[in-house]
Amino acid sequence: MRVAGKGLVNRDKSVTFRFDGVSYTGFEGDTVASALLANGITLMGRSFKYHRPRGVLTAGSEEPNAMVTVGEGAGAEPNVRATVQEIYEGLMVRSQNAWPSLDFDVMAVNDLAAPFLGAGFYYKTFMWPKRFWEAIYEPVIRKAAGLGALSGKHNEDTYEKAFAFCDLLVIGAGPAGLMAALAAGRAGVDVILCDEDMQVGGRLLAESGAVGHLSGADWAASVMAELEAMANVRVMTRTTVTGAYDGGTFGALERVNQHTGKRGGGAPLECFWRIAAKRSVLAAGALERPIAFQNNDRPGVMTAGAVRAYLNRWGVSPGEKVTVFGNNDDAHRTALDLAAAGVHVAALIDSRQGITVEAASFPVIVGAQVCNAAGRKALESVTVRTSAGEQSIQTDCLAVSGGWNPTVHLTCHMNGRPTWREDIQAFVPTAGSIPDMAVAGACDGVFSTLGCLKDGLRAGQEAAEALGKRVVAVDLPVADDAAYALEPLWAVAGKGRAWLDFQNDVSVKDIKQAAVENFRSVEHMKRYTTQGMATDQGKNSNVMALAVLADATGRGIPETGTTTFRPPYGPVAIAAMGAGAQGHGFAPERFTTSHKRSVERGAPMIEAGLWYRPSYFPKAGETTWRQSCDREVGYVRKAVGVCDVSTLGKIDIQGPDAAELLDFVYTNLFSTLQVGRVRYGLMLREDGTVMDDGTCARLGETHYVMTTTTAAAGAVMRHLEFVTQCLHPEWQVAFTSVTEQWAQFAVAGPKARELLNGVLAQPVDGESFPFMGCGPVEVAGVQGRLFRISFSGEHAYEVAVPSRYGASLFDLLLEHAERMGGGAYGMEALNVLRIEKGFITHAEIDGRRTAFDIGAARMISAKKDCVGKTMAARAGLMDEMRPQMVGIKPVDAAAVLSAGAHLYECGAAQVNGNGLGHVTSVGYSPDLGLQIGIAFVARGAARHGDVVRFVDAVRGLETDVEVCAPVFVDPEGGRVRG
Amino acid sequence: MRIDCPLCGARDRREFYYQGAAVALNRPAPDAGVEAWDDYVHLRDNPAGETRDLWHHEAGCGAWLVVTRDTVSHAVSRVELATDVKGAMA
Ligand SMILES: [Zn+2]
Repeated sequence: MRVAGKGLVNRDKSVTFRFDGVSYTGFEGDTVASALLANGITLMGRSFKYHRPRGVLTAGSEEPNAMVTVGEGAGAEPNVRATVQEIYEGLMVRSQNAWPSLDFDVMAVNDLAAPFLGAGFYYKTFMWPKRFWEAIYEPVIRKAAGLGALSGKHNEDTYEKAFAFCDLLVIGAGPAGLMAALAAGRAGVDVILCDEDMQVGGRLLAESGAVGHLSGADWAASVMAELEAMANVRVMTRTTVTGAYDGGTFGALERVNQHTGKRGGGAPLECFWRIAAKRSVLAAGALERPIAFQNNDRPGVMTAGAVRAYLNRWGVSPGEKVTVFGNNDDAHRTALDLAAAGVHVAALIDSRQGITVEAASFPVIVGAQVCNAAGRKALESVTVRTSAGEQSIQTDCLAVSGGWNPTVHLTCHMNGRPTWREDIQAFVPTAGSIPDMAVAGACDGVFSTLGCLKDGLRAGQEAAEALGKRVVAVDLPVADDAAYALEPLWAVAGKGRAWLDFQNDVSVKDIKQAAVENFRSVEHMKRYTTQGMATDQGKNSNVMALAVLADATGRGIPETGTTTFRPPYGPVAIAAMGAGAQGHGFAPERFTTSHKRSVERGAPMIEAGLWYRPSYFPKAGETTWRQSCDREVGYVRKAVGVCDVSTLGKIDIQGPDAAELLDFVYTNLFSTLQVGRVRYGLMLREDGTVMDDGTCARLGETHYVMTTTTAAAGAVMRHLEFVTQCLHPEWQVAFTSVTEQWAQFAVAGPKARELLNGVLAQPVDGESFPFMGCGPVEVAGVQGRLFRISFSGEHAYEVAVPSRYGASLFDLLLEHAERMGGGAYGMEALNVLRIEKGFITHAEIDGRRTAFDIGAARMISAKKDCVGKTMAARAGLMDEMRPQMVGIKPVDAAAVLSAGAHLYECGAAQVNGNGLGHVTSVGYSPDLGLQIGIAFVARGAARHGDVVRFVDAVRGLETDVEVCAPVFVDPEGGRVRG
Repeated sequence: MRIDCPLCGARDRREFYYQGAAVALNRPAPDAGVEAWDDYVHLRDNPAGETRDLWHHEAGCGAWLVVTRDTVSHAVSRVELATDVKGAMA
């Protein structure tokens, strides 16, 4: 219910939203949680395992209970914390993990079965029989347990990711963070201040104390106004810093439009930031921990700080009759603030003896503990135990405080371990855990407002100084400086289940059970009980669980250990991290100059690395790709075919030592290559395996153009950089990738020269352009290059022009080709053509093949050193039992072959270890009228003519194939020279 | 992680390609023998502490860099151009 005169929400602006289909009204500034509480709704969710009714526990992002699904349809977002989600007009929110309804949940029957569902239950029960797991247990458990579900539909929402840079990142805009940002900002430091809340102020928004002559909230607003006026300060609200990484890099999630109904139109829902900061100040505050007692999870049981926040910030009392239970002075504030606001306080229960509360207008029971709570869907009463006995108190809200845990999470992200402080019974960050990070305020165990202001000021000034700025004075406002005193109380003794991890339903008993079963290490206990492994990562409960484990194992808390906090601090949608990477954004797309024409001609485009290449060019009447492919192969074998080969890597190499570089990276010699000639080259890795192959043309005395395969273009470029920078920086040679500068087309077939002579300014002949010749040409008025090279075994050329002329040259070549009975050919035909000739691609040189394996051992020149030469000479790499490249053709001409199939001796058992090798490429040869393939077979070079068994167990193919030389067409190579 | 490229300045690690230990700079002579080559191609230290790696500023200036860093703290203590390091070895 709303409390008159309290809160920071805008009471002039009411907002209507729906929860489980029912319309509610709140105010601008409300979260779903505060608005529901204001409407008297306390039941907000069901727990993960036992489906126990749960209310809201906290008022912040640490919330374990109140998880809701926001929105409807494809973009519905599950597991949103009701304490974080701001309400906006038309917001639709649904409860989760309950069926048929939140009020009546069938699966709550699990709660009755609780004695059988304790720690380690899954491990013990479902180990046997094995097949039962997949068939029965898992589906049932998956249906019963679990939080919200994704829609399973494509999410149309926009997400974004971005980089930001600053000198100082201040994490948290409470009193400490604001002072740090103010001190650094005034000193001229380039500051980013992040806070996950919708407005700055942190705990000041939730407290009633003043800062200077202003309320805490007004003081925060005044600082915000000053910071916003500074050009050197950026304030990012609704931004959770999720992780601290190497080199001053931080991850942060900004909820850009989660608080508005705005969807689409380019405005992102969330943005994932990577912030690079020279220094940082962690002022993340502290999180309150509850106390475990029987039925402490009843809706209406909340942290004391949350109750105070709902009252002071949102003007809401979560109950009409509130009881407060704590082990520290801070809890008293909740009772005092409630009473001052006119809310009935049933009692203040302090577990410590001899405590007095000044000006208390409510009963104070000291040396007492709450040992039970009653009321299933809403709290009705609590049982209080004193030395005098037990008494029941009628109450609909219990505010509990077991003390505060500094939010040390980020300081653990680089393997730091927090330090236990006995005086505050909590872990604090260990100095130096994150390089160049200072910790300030409650995050460092400083719990008074004045202390936080002072600590933040110090941290801001020290950061400014470290960044070389002159420190500017900042006045320290007067504020509360009360000491923080507590006596440890983690779990109240008693029967029944006392809850620690609310979301995962882990009780004190479960932790004790883990200890009994010798899961005494914190990490083991966590995994055995699932403590702290829910979406809230045990922010409220980990330290409590640790204390219970310490107690159960007879050790102190620091000896027992601490859990490891890993990024992200809060949940981050994969959509935000992978923003932009859906659909076309998944990978860059590279298009050739003929792309548009190819698509227009109906060619299905296939990916080749990032490139897209035409698979084949269908013609009217063709119903299968094979028909198109066979026709295109025919163009090249019988007339002339045109194919865009621009995707091959092209590297322009120039300088006096260009030849020396090539001699070193290729196995064969290039220094002896004449100007105007092209040579095929093979490259090895230093370990002796084949890296890549391709041709290299010598355009001038000190000028070469290297081509690489499409796949290895980047790797070869990197390799050349490595050789010239790391091995031979003394060489005078420069090179650059010109892949995208030149459009290059293969013109192949018996009529190739005839076609070219129709478009070249100067006709070519066998003398001016012999096989493997190259040189400049003028084509259709454009200066280009011509290479007489062939990847099909036919008389062929590749003609290159600057990319801007590529599309029109493609048109021109096709026009001529089609007039001559030829046309365009795609990747399928190109593949058949090269298999017929035994030309390799990366299907063959897959990173395991040596020059010896592919029958190219003699290409390793004896006259010089080259990369990989020494290691390629190892006996094991030249063993004749190694799989060597061969051709295969089926004995039965109608048999179907497939790449990836294995080869065995005929009659041999087809088992692992018995294989002779495998098939790397297959295609249908129209010339031969059967399928042919390239394979690697042990001792293959000596086995031509042998028949072996071809087995593709995946596709269910099996047939006899004959091993042969890997050249099926024109073995003498006469055509290419013709 | 960020690497301070001597040519480009501090850049996010996504701009760099990681190669491995900087021993790759010390290519043996062709006749150095089996052990020297085995060592060069295959054997690497796995230190808990300082290590020297080769990184390539592939999405930047194209420079190969020798990065000295600590495998425990991940602190980068030095970034040099490989050409300078190799040049100094001559
Ligand atoms: Zn660079």
